[in-house]
Amino acid sequence: MLTSEAWEGFEGRLWKEEINVRDFIQKNYEPYDGDESFLAAPTEATNKLWGKLQELQKQERENGGVLDMETKVVSGLTAYGPGYIDESMKDLEQIVGLQTDKPLKRAFMPYGGIKMAEQACQNYGYEPDPELHKIFTEYHKTHNQGVFDAYTPEMKKARHAHIITGLPDTYGRGRIVGDYRRVALYGIDTLMAFKKHDFDNCGSGTMTDDVIRQREEITEQYRALAGMKAMAEAYGYDISKPATNAKEAVQWVYFGYLAAVKTQNGAAMSVGRVATFLDIYIQRDLKAGKITEDEAQELIDHLVMKFRMVKFARITSYNELFSGDPTWVTCDLAGTGIDGRHMVTKTDYRFLHTLENMGPSPEPNLTVLYSSSLPESFKKYAAKISVDTSSIQYENDDLMKVYWGDDYAICCCVSATQTGKEMQFFGARANLAKCLLYAINGGVDAKSREQVAPAYKPITSEYLDYDEVIAKFDVMMDWLADLYVNTLNLIQYMHDKYYYEAAEMALIDTDVRRTFATGIAGFSHVVDSLSAIKYAKVKTVRDETGFVEDYVTEGEFPKYGNDDDRADEIAVWLLRTFMDKIKKRHTYRNSEPTTSILTITSNVVYGKFTGNMPDGRRAGTPLAPGANPSYGAEQNGLLASLNSLTKLPYGCALDGISNTQTMNPDALGHNEEERVDNLVHVLDGYFDQGAHHLNVNVFGKDKLIDAMEHPEKPEYANFTIRVSGYAVKFINLTKEQQMDVISRTFHEHM
Amino acid sequence: MSTIGKIHSVESFGSVDGPGVRYIFFLQGCRMRCRYCHNPETWSLTKAEFEMTPKEAFEKAYRYKNYWKKGGGITVSGGEALLQIDFVRELFTIAKEHGVHTTLDTAGNPFTREEPFFSKFNELLKVTDLFLLDIKEMDEKKHKDLTGWTNKNILDLANYLSDQGKDMWIRYVLVPGYTDDAKDMENLYHFIKELKTIKRVEVLPYHTLGVFKYESLGIEYSLLDVMPPDKDMIQRANQILHTEDYI
Repeated sequence: MLTSEAWEGFEGRLWKEEINVRDFIQKNYEPYDGDESFLAAPTEATNKLWGKLQELQKQERENGGVLDMETKVVSGLTAYGPGYIDESMKDLEQIVGLQTDKPLKRAFMPYGGIKMAEQACQNYGYEPDPELHKIFTEYHKTHNQGVFDAYTPEMKKARHAHIITGLPDTYGRGRIVGDYRRVALYGIDTLMAFKKHDFDNCGSGTMTDDVIRQREEITEQYRALAGMKAMAEAYGYDISKPATNAKEAVQWVYFGYLAAVKTQNGAAMSVGRVATFLDIYIQRDLKAGKITEDEAQELIDHLVMKFRMVKFARITSYNELFSGDPTWVTCDLAGTGIDGRHMVTKTDYRFLHTLENMGPSPEPNLTVLYSSSLPESFKKYAAKISVDTSSIQYENDDLMKVYWGDDYAICCCVSATQTGKEMQFFGARANLAKCLLYAINGGVDAKSREQVAPAYKPITSEYLDYDEVIAKFDVMMDWLADLYVNTLNLIQYMHDKYYYEAAEMALIDTDVRRTFATGIAGFSHVVDSLSAIKYAKVKTVRDETGFVEDYVTEGEFPKYGNDDDRADEIAVWLLRTFMDKIKKRHTYRNSEPTTSILTITSNVVYGKFTGNMPDGRRAGTPLAPGANPSYGAEQNGLLASLNSLTKLPYGCALDGISNTQTMNPDALGHNEEERVDNLVHVLDGYFDQGAHHLNVNVFGKDKLIDAMEHPEKPEYANFTIRVSGYAVKFINLTKEQQMDVISRTFHEHM
Repeated sequence: MSTIGKIHSVESFGSVDGPGVRYIFFLQGCRMRCRYCHNPETWSLTKAEFEMTPKEAFEKAYRYKNYWKKGGGITVSGGEALLQIDFVRELFTIAKEHGVHTTLDTAGNPFTREEPFFSKFNELLKVTDLFLLDIKEMDEKKHKDLTGWTNKNILDLANYLSDQGKDMWIRYVLVPGYTDDAKDMENLYHFIKELKTIKRVEVLPYHTLGVFKYESLGIEYSLLDVMPPDKDMIQRANQILHTEDYI
């Protein structure tokens, strides 16, 4: 059994026999049933540092979105010496560590693809060192090159036509959450000893591909752990041993996370579930009189400030896909344990309170793991923060706990992952709206008029027949699922080979569970189109070549988003059918296939490449985001829309079902108290019926329009809104996406 | 046999028309012609978007019971809900059998102590937990000018609900130049002060969001020159009506 003086006062035994942070948490955390009245205001140091950071953010915006970029040094654990928000105020920083040597300076990360790394610099007027180009083209291969060396012509074509897109083939795949808490609880030396043990026990001596790969990977992990120690040393910290107090625990956890964002530039780089864990250390110090509440809050404020600073160098067109410079530093709060106790601690409050102490912010992506059984006071506080800041999202803990236990984290926008036990192969999404159009037009793309899918027989009748469309759609989905999974297999293979996440994987069990995440775009439009074909009459409009370029729909038809089973059953059928097709395929490293209905802001780009649809959607207009009903489809108000979502079986979409809703404050209640109560009732009712996720925005359309027209107004500098699965500063969205957000359904009945 | 309700529209998420989260039925048909009405499309007594039996209506609403913790439930609004009193009574009877809170939003225009309405109304009272009563204007002459109808039976309804011990929210639409006379509002305050069951008094500021509907319906809109009241006017109305006293 391991022992350490740092564990004085901690209960439990199992976590000392093995790496088991969950056991440590369950044996030691104290559920908090009180309200928010104990919370402390920001300290002077916090105000000073945050003031400075806001200045820097303002300069960044004025500079066109980037403050500074690295052009010479390749990012790595020890690529830089220490960096601070402000050298002259560095003693005020309770929690230290930057990705580079300067705040908000973006690192050079070529391993995903040198072209992308160079373009990102050039897009913002920086010129990377030509020597780097030489190294990463002549001497060292990147992930991107590996992928393109192996892609088939069909894959390239599908990618080009945007029927599968957003693929992680030019940058990090992200979505892997290391168990950063392990650094604090065990210290690096113990983690290295366990990895050494795993290495010694890897394989029976027969060198199969799997064993060779695993041995190499463990060695990479081991080396990354040593690198983390060196990284921390530069800041004057020795993280080889367990953290001895609250400040060290927060700092050690952050160092673990910092190692990840220094070495990987995945779209989503989430922190995981750290609040309840950190609370144990804070409680111990508070009880011993070693820190005050002001100091406890300061630690969390400073940690969150660091999360607000995470940046990556991206090409400008990346912004069209994932708008607003998001990093998905997702940080999970609350939830409930297997034993029935809720897991709300004072530190869960402290994290939410950062949105009051330092104002609204898109990052970290604060996620409340929600259950109607959470304490009323906490539910109300979270709802109040939502009403005031629109900066948090909610996910159904009662639902996810069944599949992922009580120590899962959200690894991106909405996808659950077991902390320290699992990694995910992120795989973007396939455009099912386009797939339906391919089925009708025999695989010819509406935009390019190229034959992208196989030349199956197109539909030739004037009016669409439901059974015929379904039969053709089914075959086309088979083609798409096959191509999509194969493309992802290839991408994940190359990513493991050329851009392995050694630092994150070093903080995950060697015997890791792998999930294979696919995704669906255009969900609501396919559902409504099929409903139109089934319940109304859909006439095809053909051009001179006979290509169906538009549809005339005669009569009424039920639409998804109205709690109407006729449409909602098509939605369930679509999800289940697509997932069945994904499941049939071989997946890389025998990973478990999952899917999501989740588009981030890529719904705008996907829509650009998608033709007219039978549901009335016009070519080029944005698809509805995530699992949201289509624009204008919701005729019965918010709850009817929510009820439609509750019918989608989570078991078929374990990677997540994203839903974003905006409520006008006046339509939520007469006053703040009523608004908070009503929002809690909405959340309770929605999640008790088995829904997965809800992004909550509370503001009126007027505010968005004003913010779009007057982004310079100080009150909009941090105006944060939730979009599909994450939050952004509204003024950082492209104009096109701002218009998209404004045009979406607002629930503001009068 | 069953009564058929003529329904203009529904809203699954009402949060200001009664306590908690509410499912709202907007019934078709109203005889009042309030100049500022923002739902003129609900006036017609013959048209209806949906027709359903009270049981069908209840089942539609009851799908939302998960959202109705702590006092939420069903609200019937209009149009003028009392024009379809049989439907409302049957709907609310089913609701009460299921323990659902019921709210009736009415302007009171059909109310009379004459038969056969009065007996039906007394039956309705038994299954209605809360009334939202619009009082458009205290001055009889102005009321007639504003709505085309007398307010005598509306004030009588308020008294009757008070006598019967029925909870009420009073709503008053503040229209500059029409209903913002201080004396009239003071009279209203004196009137409602005597009522025993007032739980809330609300000032609803006039808005112009419904004006476009008049155009599409080909009805002349007589308040085109009227602007919504500003903050000070709203605050003054709230002070005169002592709305704070009731929260």
